Amino acid sequence: MSSPTLPPSESFKFSMLLSDTRYRGMSLQVITFIIFMAVFFWLVDNTIKNLALLDKDVSFNFLWLRAGYDINQRLIPYTSDSTHGMAALVGILNTLLVAFVGCIIATVLGLFVGILRLSKNWIVAKLMSAYIEGFRNVPVLLWIVMVFALLTEFTPAPRAFKGAEPEATMLFFESVAITNRGTYFPAPVLAEGAYWLLLCFGLSIVAVIYFIRYANKQKKDTGKSLPTFWISVAVIIFPTLILFFAMGQPVSLEYPYLKGFNFKDGIHLRNSFLALTLALAFYTSAFIAEIVRAGIMAVSKGQSEAAASLGLRPNKIMSLIILPQALRIIVPPLISNYLNLTKNSSLAIAVGYMDVRGTLGGITLNQTGRELESMLLLMGFYLAVSLLISSFINYFNRSFQIVVR
Amino acid sequence: MMTKIAFVRKKEIPPSAPPITEVGLIGWLRQNLFSSWLNSILTVLSVYFIVVILWDFIPWAYGGHWNTKSLRECLDLDPDVACFSVLTARWKQLLFGLYPAEEYWRPTLTFMFLLLAIVPILFPRFFRFFWFSIIYPGLAVWLLWGGSFWSISIVYIGLTLGALFFLSLIRRYLKNYMVAAILAFLFTAVFFLFISNPLVGLLNVILPISLPFVESLKMGGFTLSLIVGVTGIVASFPIGILLALGRQSNLPVIKMICVGFIEFIRGVPLITLLFVASVLLNYFLPPGTNFDIVLRVVIMVTLFSAAYMAEVIRGGLAGLPLGQHEASASLGLTYWQSQRLIIMPQALKISIPGIVNTFIGLFKDTTLVSIISLRDPVGLASTIRADQKWNGIYWELYVAIGLMFFIFCWGMSQYSQYLERKLKTDK
Repeated sequence: MSSPTLPPSESFKFSMLLSDTRYRGMSLQVITFIIFMAVFFWLVDNTIKNLALLDKDVSFNFLWLRAGYDINQRLIPYTSDSTHGMAALVGILNTLLVAFVGCIIATVLGLFVGILRLSKNWIVAKLMSAYIEGFRNVPVLLWIVMVFALLTEFTPAPRAFKGAEPEATMLFFESVAITNRGTYFPAPVLAEGAYWLLLCFGLSIVAVIYFIRYANKQKKDTGKSLPTFWISVAVIIFPTLILFFAMGQPVSLEYPYLKGFNFKDGIHLRNSFLALTLALAFYTSAFIAEIVRAGIMAVSKGQSEAAASLGLRPNKIMSLIILPQALRIIVPPLISNYLNLTKNSSLAIAVGYMDVRGTLGGITLNQTGRELESMLLLMGFYLAVSLLISSFINYFNRSFQIVVR
Repeated sequence: MMTKIAFVRKKEIPPSAPPITEVGLIGWLRQNLFSSWLNSILTVLSVYFIVVILWDFIPWAYGGHWNTKSLRECLDLDPDVACFSVLTARWKQLLFGLYPAEEYWRPTLTFMFLLLAIVPILFPRFFRFFWFSIIYPGLAVWLLWGGSFWSISIVYIGLTLGALFFLSLIRRYLKNYMVAAILAFLFTAVFFLFISNPLVGLLNVILPISLPFVESLKMGGFTLSLIVGVTGIVASFPIGILLALGRQSNLPVIKMICVGFIEFIRGVPLITLLFVASVLLNYFLPPGTNFDIVLRVVIMVTLFSAAYMAEVIRGGLAGLPLGQHEASASLGLTYWQSQRLIIMPQALKISIPGIVNTFIGLFKDTTLVSIISLRDPVGLASTIRADQKWNGIYWELYVAIGLMFFIFCWGMSQYSQYLERKLKTDK
């Protein structure tokens, strides 16, 4: 008979802080924390000393001072008399504009290329992989500079459109002019009553949404499917079109025309904007194509075979079976590529596009000498955008994960 | 009596040849290029596209001028062909930047040694030459920047002495690795603070070996891209692993620091970090400090890609079944042993494509240094195009630069596919 005895408890020794697994984690953390704080205070202390040496303080008042410089592309009213804060806002909007347009073009192109890359057609698949490898393996800055040079140096000057026999002509029935100062598109002009038209258009879209819901319900209940697509197209187009002519064409297009040495009227897209957006979109589309391809290939072959054996047609298999499963894999990396595009848009400086880095982190910084404050605000903006997007990705992952029993 | 009521074949008929549309070249064409109307249209369009491009490109490139003095001269001779003379005239600049011409052999030799140094890492068959990969970084720094040979080798001497000190400590006197590591660290610090400088002076007197000093602002072209890219790749990998482990750690303070660092770096564009390096860093350092711009850029690029690396490796760690951690713990392995022997080899294998993509991204991002006015190839292209002689040159220059980057990046991605195939253990 032996009673269990505990081993004699070791008395605490100082070296156990480092050697005993019970305490080691804790002491390691304490040491890390002390080092971290020491480095942090050292940096802050240096900054204070340096600022004192330069006779500077930290203040954000410069945001309310007169900016005194012009910005050539602005989405909100801005003159050189506006404040630095307004200039930063104009820059932010310009960044978001490039990001938004770029993301749309990149997604469309990427989907297209990614699906064609999987084509059984040998030559098409090879061409698409050449596109992908070409764009992925060359720096995006080089693409931006190249596209900009192409747009500014290989397009005619506005004066080439002049005369009885001009060297250059406008495209699409004299409506679009591509020049070395940018591209001019016709601009829509809203006359009186145009808002009724918009309202009508909005109402038709709402009607289509309800109709599709009704059609889906009908399909679930009775198994009969309605020709949803054609009815939706008709509902969207015809009422608005009829109203448009009934009200005497309240929306017209304002065509750009040549006056003096430059084009007037119409929408003017600057080359800097076009080059930045197109280069970023092409570059990102190559990454998106790979994501789409990987997503589709990740859906196991058994899924499409099972769907085929149920008698579904190839396009139904794609839209009902493969894509919903592939989307779960595609969406998170897709969104992080949107984020990359947004961050890459800070390369705007290479072509002189006035994004937030060009206004707040460029001219404002240089004029006011507030490097610390400007950079803090700039980083804060990008951080906010990226945290917003990554929280969206987390939300998506949580709601669309496969639930495992 | 048997009567012949039917014909019964005694021998098997030899199989007839498959229809001509199913095999051989025609079969391949039918299956791969003309399987449907849509496919046929796509094929014809693609072939047309390729023919049009080649029709223009081949005569343009084949008849190109290589030996004219300016773009004007090219255009006078024949405006429809390429003017590669710009490469003939400026290739040295594109490769070496403003590096002194009589010292070109130094970056060239450094590049050749680089090729030798990565062979043992890429191909395990040559692992016995790994010692060269270890001494390569010091050798490269000495060759590129010059100065006294001994001031570089003293770093190696100090680190070797520290390592020997550590090993002898744990072999003879101490069982505790951490205490030994701290003592060895102190020993090395004392060596570098008090002993190394006089020793370098002494060695310089006894055996002066030195190269002319070249300052960082003279570096440029692909030499600069390779300096930043290779250093960033080599340094960001271990830092990325540590950050990934820190993020997975169950020590809250370490985890918080790692998460904060990773999310901050990933949230801002590299270009803002480079601006911090070039404009703001002077605020954060003691007054009067001024350290090398190339070094600053390398540090920022390294930190930047380390954060991305950490996320890639974290993906690999998350992809491992939990049983692997538990099994290694139940075998009695310590944390570092199980990381080194069980977890990391598998996690790194899963994340090879992501890791190589990060490397490629880093190498491409080296072009951003042109924005803080260092002379990398993209920055040099603008300089060359601003030159009166080559004003208006376009395809020749950009295609050449793009091709150089393409070769490096594409090579890396091909190697990663080879590595994946080689390490594949399941079917």
